[in-house]
Amino acid sequence: MKRVYVNEQWCLGCHLCEYYCAFANSNETDMVKALKDIVIHPRIQIEQKDNISFAVSCRHCEEPLCVKGCITGALSINEGVISVDQNKCIGCFTCILCCPYGAISAGDESIIQKCELCTNNKHGSPHCVKGCPNNAIVFEER
Amino acid sequence: MLKEGQIRIPSGCAISGIFSKSGKRVSGESIIKSIATMHDRSNGLGGGFAAYGIYPEYKDYYALHVFYDGDTSQEECEKFLERHFDIINLSKIPTRKTPRITDAPLIWRYFVTPLPTKLAESQLDEKEFTARCVMKINMGIDGAYVFSSGKNMGVFKAVGYPEDVGEFYKLEEYSGYCWTAHGRYPTNTPGWWGGAHPFALLDYSVVHNGEISSYDANRRTIEMYGYKCTLQTDTEVITYIIDYLNRKIGLSLEEISGVVAAPFWQVINSMPKEENEKYTYLRNVFSSLLITGPFSILVGFEGGMMALNDRLKLRSMVIGEKDDMVYAASEECAIRVIEENLDRVWSPKGGEAVIATLNRGVI
Amino acid sequence: MGINYLYQEYEVSRNMDRCINCRVCERQCANEVHSFDKDKNIMRSDDVNCVNCHRCVALCPTRALKIVKTDHTFKENANWRGSIINEIYKQAESGAVLLSSMGNPNNYPVYFDKILLNASQVTNPSIDPLREPMETKVFLGSKPKSIQRDKDGRLINNLSCGIELSVPIMFSAMSYGSISYNAHESLARAAKEAGILYNTGEGGLHKDFYQYGSNTIVQVASGRFGVYKDYLEAGAAIEIKMGQGAKPGIGGHLPGAKIVGDISKTRMVPEGSDAISPAPHHDIYSIEDLRQLVYSLKETTNYKKPVIVKIAAVHNVAAIASGIARSGADIIAIDGFRGGTGAAPTRIRDNVGIPIELALASVDQRLRDEGIRDNVSIVVGGSIRNSSDIVKAIALGADCVYIGTAALLALGCHLCRSCQTGKCNWGIATQSPELVKRLNPDIGFKRLVNLVGAWEHEIKEMMGGMGINSIESLKGNRLMLRGVGLSEKELQILGIKHAGE
Repeated sequence: MKRVYVNEQWCLGCHLCEYYCAFANSNETDMVKALKDIVIHPRIQIEQKDNISFAVSCRHCEEPLCVKGCITGALSINEGVISVDQNKCIGCFTCILCCPYGAISAGDESIIQKCELCTNNKHGSPHCVKGCPNNAIVFEER
Repeated sequence: MLKEGQIRIPSGCAISGIFSKSGKRVSGESIIKSIATMHDRSNGLGGGFAAYGIYPEYKDYYALHVFYDGDTSQEECEKFLERHFDIINLSKIPTRKTPRITDAPLIWRYFVTPLPTKLAESQLDEKEFTARCVMKINMGIDGAYVFSSGKNMGVFKAVGYPEDVGEFYKLEEYSGYCWTAHGRYPTNTPGWWGGAHPFALLDYSVVHNGEISSYDANRRTIEMYGYKCTLQTDTEVITYIIDYLNRKIGLSLEEISGVVAAPFWQVINSMPKEENEKYTYLRNVFSSLLITGPFSILVGFEGGMMALNDRLKLRSMVIGEKDDMVYAASEECAIRVIEENLDRVWSPKGGEAVIATLNRGVI
Repeated sequence: MGINYLYQEYEVSRNMDRCINCRVCERQCANEVHSFDKDKNIMRSDDVNCVNCHRCVALCPTRALKIVKTDHTFKENANWRGSIINEIYKQAESGAVLLSSMGNPNNYPVYFDKILLNASQVTNPSIDPLREPMETKVFLGSKPKSIQRDKDGRLINNLSCGIELSVPIMFSAMSYGSISYNAHESLARAAKEAGILYNTGEGGLHKDFYQYGSNTIVQVASGRFGVYKDYLEAGAAIEIKMGQGAKPGIGGHLPGAKIVGDISKTRMVPEGSDAISPAPHHDIYSIEDLRQLVYSLKETTNYKKPVIVKIAAVHNVAAIASGIARSGADIIAIDGFRGGTGAAPTRIRDNVGIPIELALASVDQRLRDEGIRDNVSIVVGGSIRNSSDIVKAIALGADCVYIGTAALLALGCHLCRSCQTGKCNWGIATQSPELVKRLNPDIGFKRLVNLVGAWEHEIKEMMGGMGINSIESLKGNRLMLRGVGLSEKELQILGIKHAGE
C-alpha cells in the first residue's frame, strides 16, 4: 500500500506541508481564504531540533493501536487507510494517548483529527506531498 | 541574374544511365531516347551526358572538354595547357545547328598528357596534377571552363532539353560502354552551360537529382582538402566527395556509400560486430561528408557505374537489368522505352548502392 | 552607521491580502530579509539584504510575494548611470575590487539573436522527427588523415580515443567548492542518464562520484587541485583549463573558509587554507609548454583519454586555437565572454573577451583554411541559452556545446548573481549544509535530464525543418543561417549571408 514516507535528509523545516495539509482539509478552494488569519491545526507536523527536522503524520500502521483502543469504533481501517467516522467519535482521546507517534490530535468540535491521506477531501491524494518543495515527504509503495 | 558559382541554385531533375558489363559499346541514341521520355522533369535549362569508352584511340590521354566565352580566354587557356601538358590533339567538338540550342560558347577538346618535367617538379601523381590544373583553369582563367577531364570518357552538356543537347553534340556518332544523362529543372533562370550536368572531374562524373540539405557542411569540408566549389551546385560537391574518398583516401565505392548515405545508427546497432565497427568507423571519421536531403545519383567512373539514393530515399530511382545491360533511371518508363523486356527491375532502398562494373578482362 | 550611500536595488512587495503568515519566506531566506512581527501578527521585510533570488517568491504558497526593482533613482544621466555611481560608493567605502558572479549581464550584442535558421520548402522535403529517424549522436576527438587496412583489406580502426555523446551538449566545468555536493551529484547523474558528459571543474573529484567516471571530464587547471593519477584515469576525458570566458587572464580564489571537510579532501588542500588558482599555469608560458602538458597527461593515462584544452574567447582566439590544434589536443573548448563564474572581478567579467559566436566562426574558418579542422573538435560555451543557440552554434561550425548557466537554472538558480556570498538560497553555490540540502539531487538530476531531453526534441524539430536528419550534416552548414541587422563586417566574420540574400 502507498504511504507517506519521510526523507529526513531532505526536510528543510519549511513547514509548507503543514499549510498544504490545513488547506486540503479546509474544504476551501482558495488557500488564502482557507488560511488567512487563522491558527492552523495540521494533521502533519514538523518536528525540529537544531538542524534536524522531519514531518510526522499517521503511518497507517498495519496493526494500529489507535483502532484497537477506540472505544466507539469511530476509527477503522479502510483499504489500509485508518479513517475516522466523525459521527461516532465522542472525543474521549484514547487514541491520542495510544498512538506511539503522536500522529493524532484534537480537532474542532471536540473530536479527533488525523491524516487520512487526503482520501477524505477533494484532493484524493496527500496534498502535503505535492506541496513539499524537496521530496522530503513522498507517497509511495515500499 | 547571378549564374552558377555566384549563387547556390537548387534544382530538380531527371537522370538516366546505361551500362554494359561486357563492355559492348552502344551509340548515344538509346540514352537520348531514354532521357527524352522524362521531358517533363526538365525545364530546358540544362541537359547533358557522360559517356565512357568513347575515345579508345586516345585512351591514354586526358580528354579535356572546354567552354570558352571568347578568343581571349581560349588563348590564355591554351597557353596554360601548353605550359603544363603535351597536347596530342586539339579540335572543336563537332556540333549540329539546332534552333533549340542557342548562345553556344566555343567548345573545344584537347587530348593531353602532363609534361614529364612539370609533373616531376610538382611531386604529384599524374591524376592529382591534372585535377589541380583543371581547377586552376576553372578558377583562374576568366571565361574558360574545363567541364570534362577524364581518360577515354567525355561529358557533353548545354542549356536546353537533354534530347536537344544530344542532337546538338551529334551523340549518335559516339559509342561507349556506359552512358549517363541528365535533364535539369533549376529553380531559377538563366542556367549556364557550365552549370548543366553531368559534373565531372578526371574519370568521375556525376548526374544528380535532388537538393541536398548538407551542402554547406560538405562544401566547407571538401574545400579543406584542396577542392574549390566554383559552381555551388550539389553535383559538384558530390563529385569532389567521391573523388576524395575514392582516389585520395582509398575507400571502395561500397564504403563510400556508407559515408555519404550512411545507415542510421539504429540499423548499425543491429549489425553484426564487424559490420557495426566498420560503419561506426566510417560515420565517425568522415562525419562531415554525410549527405542529407533528397538525392539520387549516378556516378560514372572508369569501368563502372554506381547508382545511389539518399538514406531516406526521398527521390525516385529504378534499376533494370537485361542480360549484361544495367539500366538506372528516375522513372521506369525511361528504361522500358529502350528495353521493354527486362530480366529484373527494382527500386533500390535508400542508401543501398547499386554498383555495376565491367566483367573481368574486358578492356 | 554613519551615512548610508546605497539604497537597496530591490524591494519585496508583499500582498498583505494574500499573506497567511506561514513564514516560509522567513525560514528560506539565508539573507534574513523576512521576519515575523508577533505583536502586529504580520510578516515584515528588510529589503536591504534582498539579492532577488526568488526563493521566497517560489515557495510562497499563496503567491503573496514578488520582488520589484526600486524606483528610487538618481537624477537621470545617460553617462553616470545609477549602477556606476553605486559602484563608486561601494569602492569608496571598501577600497576593494568589485566582485560579481555569473555571466556578463551588460547590453552587448547577442549574435545568436541576430541569426535566423532555414527551413525546407518545395524543392526538398522537411523531415518529421516523429516519423523518421533523426540523429543527434556526435563523436568528439581528432580524426585520422588516412585509412589503414589489414591484410584482408578490412578497415583498421585507427581512430585515437574520443568522446561519444547522444546529443551535442555537455555540462561545463563547475568545481566542487564553487557549487555544492548536491549540485555535482545532480550533474553527474544527469550526464549518465542523458548519455552526455559533465565536467568536474578544477576542484577535484569527490570519491562518491568516481562511479560516474565514464560520463565525467576531469579538469586540470592552474591550481592542479585534486589532480593525481587516479583522478586523471577516472574520467572519460581530461580538460586543461587555460582560461574561462567570465575572467580571461584571471585565476581563481576559493577562500579558506570554504576549504572544509570533503572539499579540503577532494581538492587536496589543507583545511582552512585558501585555494588559489594562479592566472597562468606556471608550467605553461607558451604554446610548446602546452604541448608538453598535453602529452604528459596522455602519457600518464596511456593515450586512453582525449585531452581538451579550454580557452577563453579573446581577441586573437583563432590564432591561439590554431596553435592548440597542432599541440596534440583532441578537442578545443572555447568559452565566450558571457560565460558564467562563481566569482570574478566585475571589471574583468564585464569588459574582457569577445562574443562566442564571433570566436567560434573565426576559429572554425581559420582551422579549415589551415586544413587542420579534423585535428580537433570544437566545443563552445559562454551563454548557450536554448536549443536554437545550439543549432546555430553547430551550423557555425561547433561540434558540441557546453552549458553551465542553463544547467544551473534547471537546478533552480535564478541568476541573482550573488554566488560569491556563499549564501545561495537554492543550495547550488554554497557549502553551508542547511542550504546545500535544499537541492535534492533526485529532483535536480531529473530536471537536468528533462532539459537536455527537451532540447534534443527541439534540435530534432529544427533539423527536420531544414531537411537534415543527422547532426553531422548541420555542422558548419552556414548556408542554413542568415543574419538580420548585422553589418557587412559582422556577416563576413560569421561567414553567413544576410536575410533575403
